[in-house]
Amino acid sequence: MDGLAFDIAHLLAGGLVLVSFMMLYQDRLYALLNVFALQAVVLAAAVAWQARIQEAHHLYVTAAIALVFKAVIVPWALHRIMQRLGVHREVETVVSIGPTMLAGMGLVALSVVLMLQLTAAADNPLAREDLAFALSVVLLGLLMMVTRRNAVSQVVGFMSLENGLILAATGAQGMPFVVEISVAFSVLIALIVIGVFLFRIRERFDTVDVGALDEFRGDRQ
Amino acid sequence: MSPVAAVLLIPAAAAAVLAFVPGYALGARINLGASLLTLVAACALFGVAGDVAGDYLLVDSLNIVFVVLNSFVGFTAAAFSAGYIGHELAAGRLTPVNLRFYHAMYQLMMFGMNLALVSNNIGLMWVAIELATLTTVAMVGLYRTHEALEAAWKYFILGSVGIALALFGTILVYMAAQPVLGEGAASMVWTRLMSGAARFDPAMLNVAFVFLLLGYGTKVGLAPLHAWLPDAHAEGPTPISAVLSGLLLNVALYAVLRFKMLMAANPEAVAPGPLMVALGLLSAVFAGFMLYRRRDIKRLFAYSSIEHMGIIVFAFGMGGPLANFAGLLHMTMHSLTKSAIFYAVGSVAQVKGTQRIADICGLTQSHPALGFGLAVAVLAIAGMPPFGVFMSEFLIVTSTFARAPVLALLLVLGLMVAFGALLMRLTGVLFGTPEGPSAPAEASLLPLYSHMALVLLAGLHLPEPVVAWFQAVARLLG
Repeated sequence: MDGLAFDIAHLLAGGLVLVSFMMLYQDRLYALLNVFALQAVVLAAAVAWQARIQEAHHLYVTAAIALVFKAVIVPWALHRIMQRLGVHREVETVVSIGPTMLAGMGLVALSVVLMLQLTAAADNPLAREDLAFALSVVLLGLLMMVTRRNAVSQVVGFMSLENGLILAATGAQGMPFVVEISVAFSVLIALIVIGVFLFRIRERFDTVDVGALDEFRGDRQ
Repeated sequence: MSPVAAVLLIPAAAAAVLAFVPGYALGARINLGASLLTLVAACALFGVAGDVAGDYLLVDSLNIVFVVLNSFVGFTAAAFSAGYIGHELAAGRLTPVNLRFYHAMYQLMMFGMNLALVSNNIGLMWVAIELATLTTVAMVGLYRTHEALEAAWKYFILGSVGIALALFGTILVYMAAQPVLGEGAASMVWTRLMSGAARFDPAMLNVAFVFLLLGYGTKVGLAPLHAWLPDAHAEGPTPISAVLSGLLLNVALYAVLRFKMLMAANPEAVAPGPLMVALGLLSAVFAGFMLYRRRDIKRLFAYSSIEHMGIIVFAFGMGGPLANFAGLLHMTMHSLTKSAIFYAVGSVAQVKGTQRIADICGLTQSHPALGFGLAVAVLAIAGMPPFGVFMSEFLIVTSTFARAPVLALLLVLGLMVAFGALLMRLTGVLFGTPEGPSAPAEASLLPLYSHMALVLLAGLHLPEPVVAWFQAVARLLG
């Protein structure tokens, strides 16, 4: 593998991690959606680059799905849902931004150390480093899901987590296409379910803040 | 049509038909009929000579057990559901449109679970488990009350995290296999993975197993990852609680077991046993203590499910022919007993109009058939002889005593704590003075009694062919 191809793949995968960090410090929901769209664009570029250097042309489809579906349709739909519901536009956090960022750095360090040490025997350096970045994105997505209270930002956290999974799947040489379709498909299903939930929750509440639902826990009656 | 295709096509076709059947009574009958046909097809799997392994589907002695159990409980739950939903409809808690959706989702869930069990491809298995999960999420939220929505949301979020971790693990397994088995679909086929496992990179397999155990372990309901389980059980329709406890947890467990076999086939990979033992023991003891604070009867039994899944994972983690045998037996007994309990609890909640333990008293006086049925099932799940659960727990504890006495003591502690909690919580429910509103039970008690008869039979005398079959599977599990 020549140096430039490697460097570009590295840059794009690293960019994905960087955008994940940017999502952590957003305090407005609309801004968060914009950053998510940016992440999807970076993902599409990363996947397309992998398709080129692996000469795996079916990966272009995955890249296109990421670009059209995740960068355009999903943010747009969530935007509309939020407008129609009149949701609070602030991101409500469980833990404040500073500690969350520190925890995020810890998670990235953890995943890099873990992945690079454990896969030292593997012969493909690109796959190894891609995997380390992908795990970082997955963990940052998880972190976002647990430190946010709005349903919308949890959904965004979940989708950013899926972006990490797609990066991992495309980094694995020759991973069957079945899996990519399934990942894209699961996002679609996830969105439908989520959409249904948001609307149903709206039927009963004036907020999609999941914290507000806690008081209805069966055990606290 | 081969039996393997039948266990997949019947539920899939039934789901498509049920989506268009307007009447709930007809829908319930089709649901029941399709479940019966699936059960027949599942039993016909025994007639399939030897192992069948294609690129996508696989039948071996391990998954036959799961498929038959799955289809049997699926069938009795459909029978219970037919009576249950009639009452819910009359009480105005559900509408005919809800029920059409419910029946279609029920069959789609059966399809997803059966597909997960017979798939020979780790990618396909992942997709199938995800499908089964999403259908249950939709059913948990069926009542559309505040509590049901919160439960479904929590289940969805935690389930998604679990499934995402499992996918990451699946990708890692592929990456470990790819240098040995080559690129493409070949590196995701079970049977090929098993034959090549010895040459995989052990470090990669280790990381993969951690992700798979955490990911699928979330669906099994293991302790630090169990938060979705009590809510989902308590707020969904009771037939679904029965199916969740009796079946979906098993399907996730099946995935863990498969990957454990893969780990065991590689001599240099870390032994998966201790991890499973630790998680299992933690779940069993933790859930035992949590039982004391429950006020909702369905939540109580949901925690009991966490406890028993912990015991089962513990047994499989110990490994060896005896512990594996006991684990399989316990899994079967738990599925039968716990779904029977939920059938009883569903009827109880309907006749009393509440799930609060404090508001339910003296069932054996007001509803003798139902009350004594529940009493028997509770004794069975608490591990009293002569029921099958006692036998399997006894086997697990004794086989552990011989190898690791300290672990066995901890497990016994968990069992005793849970036993005490169940007695304390349920004595009043069963034998107190009846008070409050009460209506005659409408849902059939036949599913409850047939399950308990099987559990009793297994406790008194386990038939020879079953023992031989379980022993063969236990050897396969290593």
